[in-house]
Amino acid sequence: MTRPRHLWAKLLLLAMVCYFLVPVWWLVVASTKNAEGLFSGKGALWFAGGFHLVDNLRDLFTFNNGEYLRWLGNSALYAFAGGIGCTVVSVLAGYGFAKFRFRGRNLVFAAVLGSVMVPLTALVIPTFVLMSNVGLTDTIWAVILPSLLSPFAVYLMRVYASASVPDELLDAARIDGAGELRTFWQVALPLMRPGVVTVLLLSVVSTWNNFFLPLTMLSSSKLYPLTVGIGLWEQLASSNNGGGQSLWNLIIVGSLVSIVPLIVAFLTLQKYWQGGLAVGSLK
Amino acid sequence: MTQLQTAPRAGVREQTTPRKKRKRIAGWLFILPFLVVFLAFLVAPLLYAGYLSLWTKGLATGTTFAGFDNYTRAFEDPSFRKGLWFVLRFSLVVIPLQIVVALVAALVLDEVTGRLARFSRLVIFLPYAIPAVLGALMWGFLYSPSFGPIEQIATAFDVRAPFLLSQGNIFYGLLNVVTWQWSGYYMIIIYAALRSIDSSVYEAARIDGASARQIALRIKVPMVSSALVLILIFSLIGTLQFFTEPQILAPIANGSVTPDFTPNIYAFNLAFRYAQFNYASAISFSLGFVVFLAVGIFMFATRKKGSIFT
Repeated sequence: MTRPRHLWAKLLLLAMVCYFLVPVWWLVVASTKNAEGLFSGKGALWFAGGFHLVDNLRDLFTFNNGEYLRWLGNSALYAFAGGIGCTVVSVLAGYGFAKFRFRGRNLVFAAVLGSVMVPLTALVIPTFVLMSNVGLTDTIWAVILPSLLSPFAVYLMRVYASASVPDELLDAARIDGAGELRTFWQVALPLMRPGVVTVLLLSVVSTWNNFFLPLTMLSSSKLYPLTVGIGLWEQLASSNNGGGQSLWNLIIVGSLVSIVPLIVAFLTLQKYWQGGLAVGSLK
Repeated sequence: MTQLQTAPRAGVREQTTPRKKRKRIAGWLFILPFLVVFLAFLVAPLLYAGYLSLWTKGLATGTTFAGFDNYTRAFEDPSFRKGLWFVLRFSLVVIPLQIVVALVAALVLDEVTGRLARFSRLVIFLPYAIPAVLGALMWGFLYSPSFGPIEQIATAFDVRAPFLLSQGNIFYGLLNVVTWQWSGYYMIIIYAALRSIDSSVYEAARIDGASARQIALRIKVPMVSSALVLILIFSLIGTLQFFTEPQILAPIANGSVTPDFTPNIYAFNLAFRYAQFNYASAISFSLGFVVFLAVGIFMFATRKKGSIFT
């Protein structure tokens, strides 16, 4: 019996790793090529003769007066403002639903749960019309404000608060004379930290990745986030095939740069979100 | 709030009242910010979409009340029906596929330990951190006949590779993109649920003579069934609103992605290309209704196994 343990399972894992890594590997390799190498028609999955990553990066950051950097900044702004805002709102609400009994609570919470089923994109067009009535379309608010809504985050925080914050502890704090806000801030919040980080990460990611909402709301390219900006480049590149060649290089290296921040965030915050994600599925 | 607490009251019964009242008000205050957002960006647009959809705007006639005409028009509109049929068909294939990939990956990762397992877990999850726009774009490049590897490998073997974005193949091209993008996220949810199972259960089963496969299928899978239901619902809602991937692949798909490819793409084009906001709202609302119905039916069917709404 010298058969190594889990041989088939390990082979399966290796196959999966290859499948999930291929596009990213291609992106890394393609980022080091110039237009000539990219369109050479061979060796798409391996490096070409020259190493042009630095040139490509310089072109990326200077193209069209550095509009890429602007988009990167916009994406960061939307993701942090939307993500942090959404987390604050959802954590407060989840705690409120979990730890207070008040008339109408069950009714409101049922409405929140029901709204998890509402496809949010179905709301984008009417939200656009409403926003344009008050003159908010084509401003940063048109992207940030709708991102604050996440019924699922509220649900997650309610489950998390019920599970991790004991009532006795809150009562003890109240008896000691702490106000509700202080009880929340000093007693409940530290206990809910993994859940809060999970919700923060999820909402930052979904705002950073959002495409439909900014595509609809924004018309001036100065306000575009990366997703919409790269989509615009792609349209330009494919509509003029000859002159578009250099733009394909920018799209590729631009895609590489824009996936780095989130991958870093996920790697560094691993401990938190891996535990936090479990909560939603336990109930 | 502190004044309420220190206010002296007579009688045993009333003594508890101010504190209860304080708690009640505090509860409302905690959910207030969310409630404002909820009303402004969910309830209001929903009602407004419903309202808009009941009117119609003609060049000669101006805005007139149409009743349910927009809805009859929508459900008789071959474009909407075609798009709806596409997303329904697509969900029927992509959801089981994603769940199988995620479940198999999670079960294997739950069993195997070590560096390879830790690394695989991160790599499989990786696509979740990549925006759908870029995921679609990367696969579009890989499919590309001008610089993708698929064509190159096929040429090396002297065969013609199928163009995965052609009219006949785009279903599969998209299937692959979506499975790649989301399976890892679902895997993490299932994996987390598996990790939370008390391992003494497996011990007991092993003593009773259960094989590893039996433990996986008869114990682990049923014990994570509520996570599976959650994933199914998410995936169903997400797939029916399909927009980003086909929209991004449209410029390089040589016309396979038509302006009415999915209901959401159709609504978007109606609104922003043809300025038919009323009819677009009716389409959105109809799609929302179909999603709501589909999820409702699904939850009713699985209610015994325990859902997120229990």
